[in-house]
Formats: sequence, structure tokens, C-alpha cells
Amino acid sequence: MTNDSSGDVRLSGISKTYGAFTAVHPLDLTVPQGSFFALLGASGCGKTTTLRMIAGLEEPSSGTVFLGDQEVTNLPPYKRPVNTVFQSYALFPHLDIFENVAFGLRRRGIKSVKKQVEDMLELVQLGEQARKKPHQLSGGQQQRVAVARALINHPKVLLLDEPLGALDLKLRRQMQLELKRIQTEVGITFIHVTHDQEEAMTMADTVAVMNAGRVEQLGSPADLYENPNTTFVANFLGTSNLIEAAVDSKSGDDIVLQAGGGKLVLPQARCSAPTATGGKVLVGIRPEKISLTHADDAGEIPEGRNRITGKIADSSFIGVSTQYVIDSAVCPEFEVYSQNIDRDARLTPGADVVLHWSPAHTFGLDAAQDIDAGVETVEPEEGVAA
Amino acid sequence: MAAVTEAPPLAPQPAEKPPRKRGRLVPYWLLLPGILWLIVFFALPMIYQASTSVQTGSLEQGFKVTWHFQTYWDALADYWPQFLRSVLYAGAATILCLVLGYPLAYLIAFRAGRWRNLIMILVIAPFFTSFLIRTLAWKTILADGGPVVGALNSLHVLDVTNWLGFTSGDRVLATPLAVVCGLTYNFLPFMILPLYTSLERIDGRLHEAAGDLYAAPFTTFRKVTFPLSMPGVVSGTLLTFIPASGDYVNADLLGSTDTRMVGNVIQTQFLRILDYPTAAALSFILMAAILIMVTLYIRKSGTEDLV
Amino acid sequence: MAFVRWLKRHLVVIAGLLTLGYLLLPNVIVTVFSFNKPKGRFNYEWQQFSTDAWRDPCGVADMCGSLSISLQIAVWATIGATVLGTMIAFALVRYRFRARGAVNSLIFLPMAMPEVVMAASLLTLFLNMGAQLGFWTILIAHIMFCLSFVVTAVKARVMSMDPRLEQAAQDLYAGPAQTFLRVTLPIAAPGIAAGALLAFALSFDDFIITNFNAGSTVTFPMFVWGSAQRGTPVQINVIGTAMFLVAVLFVLAGMVIGNRRNKQKA
Repeated sequence: MTNDSSGDVRLSGISKTYGAFTAVHPLDLTVPQGSFFALLGASGCGKTTTLRMIAGLEEPSSGTVFLGDQEVTNLPPYKRPVNTVFQSYALFPHLDIFENVAFGLRRRGIKSVKKQVEDMLELVQLGEQARKKPHQLSGGQQQRVAVARALINHPKVLLLDEPLGALDLKLRRQMQLELKRIQTEVGITFIHVTHDQEEAMTMADTVAVMNAGRVEQLGSPADLYENPNTTFVANFLGTSNLIEAAVDSKSGDDIVLQAGGGKLVLPQARCSAPTATGGKVLVGIRPEKISLTHADDAGEIPEGRNRITGKIADSSFIGVSTQYVIDSAVCPEFEVYSQNIDRDARLTPGADVVLHWSPAHTFGLDAAQDIDAGVETVEPEEGVAA
Repeated sequence: MAAVTEAPPLAPQPAEKPPRKRGRLVPYWLLLPGILWLIVFFALPMIYQASTSVQTGSLEQGFKVTWHFQTYWDALADYWPQFLRSVLYAGAATILCLVLGYPLAYLIAFRAGRWRNLIMILVIAPFFTSFLIRTLAWKTILADGGPVVGALNSLHVLDVTNWLGFTSGDRVLATPLAVVCGLTYNFLPFMILPLYTSLERIDGRLHEAAGDLYAAPFTTFRKVTFPLSMPGVVSGTLLTFIPASGDYVNADLLGSTDTRMVGNVIQTQFLRILDYPTAAALSFILMAAILIMVTLYIRKSGTEDLV
Repeated sequence: MAFVRWLKRHLVVIAGLLTLGYLLLPNVIVTVFSFNKPKGRFNYEWQQFSTDAWRDPCGVADMCGSLSISLQIAVWATIGATVLGTMIAFALVRYRFRARGAVNSLIFLPMAMPEVVMAASLLTLFLNMGAQLGFWTILIAHIMFCLSFVVTAVKARVMSMDPRLEQAAQDLYAGPAQTFLRVTLPIAAPGIAAGALLAFALSFDDFIITNFNAGSTVTFPMFVWGSAQRGTPVQINVIGTAMFLVAVLFVLAGMVIGNRRNKQKA
């Protein structure tokens, strides 16, 4: 039963509009059976709406939803073989833990639920708490009840709506591993909605980054991180340094670019933008891929690396690494994360430095985008209207 | 996967119409009986009353709509003292309720600790003794020559109230003071409960924060607690003033002919003299006056969502 | 000096307790005077201790009859107002519909209207329709003015209810009817109970609207009103005291049971 496609979720042309506001633009998406899939985006990006359309809690304005071969677009939630772990859990306050977990079984007319419920509570290590009310449990325990209540129904797909949002950091780490373990054990398709990029990358096999009602990019976490296709993905997943550059020439599989008087090399394969000579391209590089060398030692830098000169504006010691902010002609606030292996005592604010990195780590983006899209603001608010 | 086999089959039914669209009419069905009830037995009577107020005629020959607006002017000319008294007594009772009720609400919300539930019960429980019986008890409490009147007399309080015109001679009963006292007593819980509700919502840490920011206890109250309890103050004063201004029980049981309020007049006109147009006009004026005052008050205090 | 400081700190408590005393004083008087043996027709002055009235609570003509009418009306008015009010509250919180503002005003106005105005206008309607005043007109009036209070109480509860709870029920295979019965209703129950209790108290104790629309039917408050003119029997105090005690006992019992249940669960 594991290699069939009955747990595939297939969305085709699905969209949702509220009056003039488009929450989700027509969207095609296939989540294969047994995968752990994450929908990642800031609040208001349409990820929860997408999830609710799969659950049947929201009616799509257009398009169809398939579970395996079965079309479920018009089925109400209580007829879909799909279960949800709700944001802030939505445990029934008037029922105890046992009855909360047994709820789905009882509604489907199953009489002898005791064994199943007890086994399930054992799986999430809550056997002792069966007769308590939800409000008597801690946040982490409530979270596990919510998972148990959904999983006991053996749904074809488990939907998780920000399931860890209400937990503190340490507990969240722990539950991330726990959920991953459960998913591997039961082999059910998980679709997980989150705004936390770290959570999405730790847990999911495939991540879809959503922005303003559209999927910006879809792929494995490493793929998205190493080779983002849009400025939004580059900025939302981790941090990127983006430099505006002009296409100078091409040599073999590489593009040579002109930025602030210097030359940068970018593999053609890692550029998602059109590259006509003279056209503009955004060059991106992750902070931890950059090496920092004091200007006095510039001669020791191997040939063939991209390099930029600048001056250290600020440095902060994090422990495992030191984070530098560099002023340079091509980019006012270049971020560099440097592992604390051999610290150069001269690298203090005010020092002249050379930044250099391997061209293979460079990526190129279309320059016609907002260079700051997806940069984390203090409070990610709604308002990403179409 | 045992449960899945036991579950009822989930057959695909793509031809079925979206089931939730059917629910469009549900709210109207839910509203229908109750709203109909209010329209027929609340709104419609208002219209009947409006029409009655401009009728002329007599009980024997029947009443006819003659658009006789003069009734309103006559009613106002004849009964303006009762209107004035209603506003004054109800206003005084409302202020007294606020002054007396606030400390008790504050006590329950912040200082009662484990006594909170008991005090709450003691505030609500008197409701279950008919308010008429309790109002009659004030006749005993304020009886001529009784301990309360004696005490007020020896403390020379009565001299002051006599001079103000609230009492006369050695009596409290059958004076405005007794009526206001009865009104205050009757509507005090309607002040305390909304006050308590809005005080209880205030985060206790706000008091600490205010203290931390150099506010003395009274300043804390004036600048933090009281403004935050404004919704309670507004709904409390409305819940007190509105019924008090239309009340005639206290004026009848504890007052005299000199303390008659507009409620007494409406009751007499309607049930004894049977002058329906005048009674209807009077109650319309009362209603309009209260609606105008309430609207102005709510506008001014900026709390629109009371319901 | 220490005393002044103590007084300052506890001023609120003292003032609050004085108010509580003011609220309870009439009940104390009512209770004490239920053991009185008055000389004349009125029970306003203390004469001598006696348990006569307690031994014969229905010894006054018509009083227990009026009590029974009041109870019947209160029960039916509570049922009627609670059912209609709960339906309106659900419609207001859970659905979008036209004329929402008008519905809200229609709910709010009866609470913002002096009773005497509603009483007089309703009587005008009944007179115009030629309705026979009595039990049914009282019941109609009581349902009318209790309705708004039930709506307010239930609405507050339903509004504070997380809509995700119902979605969770649907997600767990409960159809609309099951969702309502198993989740919505049990969670809204405290609000509905509060509304019903309020309706009962309001109806049972109502005098002004009843007085206008009762015809020759006499409810308990009307009996008390009449006796204030003709002479107040001690039995009135007995009923008043008994009702106070029953209410307090009910609440205390509810609290004890609630506490015990919580302790068992914990």
C-alpha cells in the first residue's frame, strides 16, 4: 500500500479570491504519496488558504483538487480522507484527551475505540493524561494530542497548519524531530504550512515557497537555498548578498559580469535570468560562502575566485562564527559569516579587506525584480495584495 | 490501517453541487422567529402608540387619528415637573450608583482574592427576592423615628438635606431622598456587573507598570484603571439611568404625591384615567428624550459597541 | 499614623464592603421580618418573634396561586426567549447577511427603552387588536423583553468560541448536525445557561410590563404591589427569604460540585 498513488495530492488551476482580493492565484501542484511537503511563506501569502482548500474548509474559486484518482473539490471536509492539525490545535475544551482523540473514530461509527486510542496516546507518550482536559496540559502536550487526534484516523494526507507556532524555541526543535520521526514511521503524506524557513528546511523533503498568492519556487531545501530563482526566495530563505551587475561577455559555460569596476564570473547554469550582453543581472552570494582576507594579504588569494574590495563596517562575534558587515563600492552592506577557525586579529571595523568566493557558489537573478523582496521585516504583516 | 477499512466508503461524487452553497438561507431561518416576535411585539406597538398619541376622542365614542399634535404640547405643559424630576432623580441615582458601585466592583476584581466568588454571589443573590419585597423593606429601614432617621437627625444630616429640599421635617420616607435611595438600591447591581466585567479584563501588571513609571496609587487609578474601565462605566450608567428614569415603583412606594415621576403619570393616565392619547404622547416624549440623551452620551464617550 | 496608613491602603475595601452592606440590608430586614408578628395589616414595624408565617406560607388568600402563575410564566418565557434568542445569536455571529445593522438595532432597542414605554405601547397594541389580557399577553411580553438579554449573553459566548473548533469537528468526519450537537452546543452551553437564568430572573421579577398587560391575572410581583396598598402579609417575607436562600444554596452547591470535579480531574 505504500507505493501506490492514492496519497498523491494534485491541485490543478486552483485559486481563491475574496471579492477583489486574490488570496491564491491559479496554482498547479503535485505532492507525491508519502512525502513531507512544506508550504513556506510570510503571513498572508496564501499558504494557509491553499491548505484549507485541500482540507475542504475553503471552497476554491476555480480549479480542482484530487486525492489520488479521486476528485474531492466539492466534497465537504467531513467526507474527505484528510485530517488537519490546526493552528493553536483547536482541541475540544469540553472533552477530555481520550474523547478528543476518539472523536474522529466515533463519528465514523466505530464502536470499540479504546484499544486504538490507547495505542495512539502511547505513541505520542500521553497514556497517563487520557482523562485530563486540554487546558490542563502544557503546550507541547496539547500539540501531541492534536497530532494524535488527526493521525488515529489514518488519513491519506495529514495537513499541518503552523503546528509548532505556539511553542517556545527549544520545544519547537524537539517537536520538529518528533514529527519527522512520526512521518517516517507512518509513511503518510504530510503537508506542512509554516512561516519559519528553518522549520520548513529541517523537516520537509520538498518546499514550496509562496509569495503573494503564487508559488515562487519549488524544490528540495538544499536546492532552494543554493540556487534560488527569485530575489524573494534568495532573501526569505536565509540571507543573500545581491549585487547589480551588467553582462560583459561569455566564456564557455560562464558569464563574465561587470560590477563596480570589477569582474565577476557566474556559471551560465546557475543564472535564471536572460543574459544578453549589456543586459542587467543581479548577482547573489550567500554570506557563509565568502572568505575574508585582509587587504595586505590580497596576493595570497588564489586565482579564479570572484573578488570585491571593501572596508569592515561592523563585526559581531556569535560563537561558532563571526558576522561581518562590509562597506564596498558595489554593495553598501555586504554580509559575511566567517567560521571561527583561525581568527585574523586584524579583521576589526575599519580594516580594508578583500572578499572572495568561488564562482561556483554564485547565482544570477533577473534584475527586473525588487531587490529587497522577502527581506525579513520586524513583524511580518499581511498586506501582500496582488 | 485497520481503521480505514472500517470507515464508510468515500465515493467520489463530482457531479454533486457544492453543499455549502445551500446554507445561504440558514441565517434568515435562524433570525425569522425571534425577529418576527420583536417586530410584532416591540416595533409594531411603537407605531400603534405613535398613532394613538395623535388621536382624539373618548373611551365611549372611540378614538380617531386627527393629527392632533397639540396633545404633545399639553402633555409637556402639564407634566414638565414630573419629567424634570425623572431626569434629576435618575441622574442622582446613577451618580450614586457609580460612586457606591465602583469601589465594590474594584474590590471584587482586584482585592477580593478567594472571597471573590462569595461576594459575587452576594451581589447577585438579592435579585432572587422580588424587588418589590426588597423595596418595601426600605419602608422599615427609613421608618419615621427609626434608628436610621434618628442617626441622620443627630448627625444633623437631615438639616442639610432639608435645606437642600431633599427631605422635609424629621422624615426621610415620602421625600425625594427616599426615592433616590430606593432607585440607587434597585439599580446598583446593574452598575456593579458591567464595571466588574471591564475591570476584570485589566491586566494586573498594568498597575505595576504604572507604579514602576512613578505613578502614585491614585494617579494610577486616574490615568490607567479608570480610563480602561470606561466601557463598563458607560454601559453601567446607561443600564442604571434608562430604567431609573422610567421607574414608578420607587416613587410610588417610597415617595409621595410630590415625588411623582413621569412613569407614575403614564401609569395613571393609561390604567386609571384611560386618557390614551396623553399617555402615549408622554411615553413617546420619554422615549425620544432617552434615545437622544443616550446617543449623545455614547457619541461623547466614544464607545459605540455596547451590545 | 499607622492607622491612617492602614486606612488609606484599605479604603477601597472598606468602601466596597459598605456598598455590599447597603445591597444586603433589605434582605436582612426581609428575613428578620419574616419572623415578625405584626399588630396591624402592615408588616413594617417589629412586634414580636413568631414562626407562624413559616409554618403556614400559603396561609394568605391568592398568594401561592400568584406564585404559581409567576413560575409558569417564567418557565415558558425562559424556554421561548432562550430558543429564539440563541437562534438569533448564532445567526449574528456565524453568518453574514443583509440588514445586519437593522437586526442589531432591533435587539438593542428593547434594552435601551424604559420598561414603562414598552409596557404602554404593548398595551396599545393589545387594546387595538382586542386581545384578551391575561396569561398569554403576559407571556408574549416577557418573551419579548427577555429575548435581547438572551441574545447578548449567548452572543458573547459564541463570539469567544474559536471557529476552528467546528472546523476541526468537520475535519474529523462530523457532519453539520453532528458538529452542532457534539461541539458547538456543549461549548456554547454556559452562555445559553446564563441567558436562560437571566431570562428566568427577569421574567419572574417583572412588575411594570406585567402590570400593564395582565388584565385580571395576578402574578406574584403584582400580588406584592397590591398588598403594599391593602396590607402586607408576613408570608411575603417568607417567600422572599426562601427564594434568596434557595438561590444561594444552588450557587454554592454548583461551586462545590465544580471544585470537586476539578480536583478529581487534576
